Parts: sequence; structure tokens; C-alpha cells
Amino acid sequence: MKITCNGEERVMAPGSTVIDLLRMLALDPEVVVVECDGAILKRPEYDSHLLTDGAVLELIRFVGGG
Amino acid sequence: MLWVNERAMAFRSGIRLSDLAAEIRPGADVLVVNGFPREPDTELADGDHCWLIRRGEVPSAEEIDYLLYARHTPGVHDRVKGATVGIMGLGGLGSAVAIALARVGVGTLLLADFDVVEPTNLNRQHYFVDQIGLRKTEALCDTLRRITPHLVLRPIDQRLDAAAMVRHFAAVDVLVECFDDAAMKAVALRVALTELKGVGYVGASGVAGYGDNNTIRTARLYPRVYLVGDGESAAAPGQGLMAPRVGVAAHQQANQVLRLLLEAAREDGGDNETSRAVIP
Repeated sequence: MKITCNGEERVMAPGSTVIDLLRMLALDPEVVVVECDGAILKRPEYDSHLLTDGAVLELIRFVGGG
Repeated sequence: MLWVNERAMAFRSGIRLSDLAAEIRPGADVLVVNGFPREPDTELADGDHCWLIRRGEVPSAEEIDYLLYARHTPGVHDRVKGATVGIMGLGGLGSAVAIALARVGVGTLLLADFDVVEPTNLNRQHYFVDQIGLRKTEALCDTLRRITPHLVLRPIDQRLDAAAMVRHFAAVDVLVECFDDAAMKAVALRVALTELKGVGYVGASGVAGYGDNNTIRTARLYPRVYLVGDGESAAAPGQGLMAPRVGVAAHQQANQVLRLLLEAAREDGGDNETSRAVIP
């Protein structure tokens, strides 16, 4: 299954969720905002939202300090 | 017709700024015409807006308002004065954003923080030694009133969560995210994009250290939603938050707020359309 994440094509196992993608990218889900196929996901949805073939994701990762 | 300190008076052909000062405000030595300081012998034209001020004299709140008006392009002052801006987090970013927006004359500021002023804040945050131990909301309100007495200030002295953000900020024109904590920054952007859709938004990420000035940039994520910073420089041991670079980011945030309030971004055709990808 192929997805596009921040413009880059990636191969994911069928049945993967958003949290699987974030783990693969070594990203802390708490500091990432996820847009999947044009919709902003709420934090609890990361664990359940299934990625589909051809899905387009945009991830925005935050770092601390202010 | 001439407008002198915003009061109408009859125009006389050939009248000079010095004549006006002698009549209306003897001793005035700061003479402003249509937003720019001018020489006393300047000949006035029908319809000019003039402000006459005595240097060194503390002006009234009303006069301070005129002065802000005078220093802005016509039309700007009324728009910013009528605006409401929310600031979440009053640390290095938020305290500087608040001061910049107060100086530019934003009429109403909602200021949210749960913390008190500590000595470790003073390396970058706009507080003073004699304010240590005060609530940040209270300390910053005191400072802002010393700059522009007529501001409407609404302190929100609590730790924000998603529900509180919606409750407090649904009606603001622009919301500024100035949190220290990365997870709270993410919470705030999720709320802005899902539950505060009509609100302009300016967040920040990547402002620590003393890296290159020009890596701090203002990226447009969505229409009326912006993120300032280099996206990478986290506050961490060995890379602290320092006044200059935090200030660069804070003032980019404040300027973007102003651009949103004045709809400058829309008129320009939409600010720098940069990549949304914020994974280094």
C-alpha cells in the first residue's frame, strides 16, 4: 500500500493506522498535527484511523520553546 | 476644513503649522501633519489632519490615541483599534507579542497564562525584577497600561485546554499561540483548524538558541493560519531560549497578526506559499 506523506511517497503495510506511520517516522504523536485526505484528525483518532492506499497526509511537528 | 487633534476647524488659505500651534496649543513643538512630523513653516492644505503636542509632556489617553492615529497610515488605526486578539502563553513569545500589539494600538487583548513571574523568565520575557511572584497576566497588564492606557485587557489566569480555548477565543479576530510546551502547540493548532475556523491563527515552533536569523520564517499552513519559527530549534539543555531570537519570532508573529487584521495577506495574493511539511 502506498501513501504520500508531506509530498513523499511511502510504502505501508495494509491495515496500518496513523499511529503506525508516526512510530515509523519516530514522531511523538502528542506534538504532531495530522491532516489525512484533507481532514484534520483529533488526537484520539490517530490510534484508530486506518490508512488507505493512495492516502495523502500532511504532518506538522512542533518543538518546544516560547 | 482642518482637523486639529481630531477636532474640526475652518481652513484659511495660507495658514502655516506654526500659526495653528500658536492659536490652539501654544508651546507645541511636535507638529504632525497627516501622520508625519513636519516643520513649523509648513503651509497647510484644506483637509489636512494635524496633531500638536508639547514635547516631554505626558499626553492624555485621548491624545495618545491621536498619536497612534497620527503615526499610522490613514484607515489603519480604526481597524486595529476595533480588533480583538487572543494570546495563549505569556512567556518570551507572548509577552513580546502583547507589547508589540499594544504599541500598534490593537484595541482588545485577551491574555492567557497560569504562571507567575520567576527570576529565570527575565532573560527573555518582558517582566521586571519588581514583578517577581506576580501572576504573569497581572504583571503584563500593568506594563501594557503604562504603554497605552486605553487598551481593553482581559486576563485569563488559568491553564488552557482545548475546551477552554474554544470557550475563550471563539470570538477573537486572531489567536496567537505562544505556548512553551510542544504538545500544547499541537493541541492549539488542532483546535484552531477544527473548532475555531473563522479565527485567524499565528503559532510558533523552533525559536530557541542563537541560530541564523533568516531561518526564522512565517509559513502559511492554511488560509489565515500561519506558523513562525525554524521548525527545528527546540528549547533543550545546551540550547536555551534567548531574548534576541525569541524576539525575532515574536515580532514575526505580531506582524502577521497585523497583516491578518488589515487583510494585507489577502490583498497581496496570499503571503509566502511555503511547503506545509514541518518535519526536519
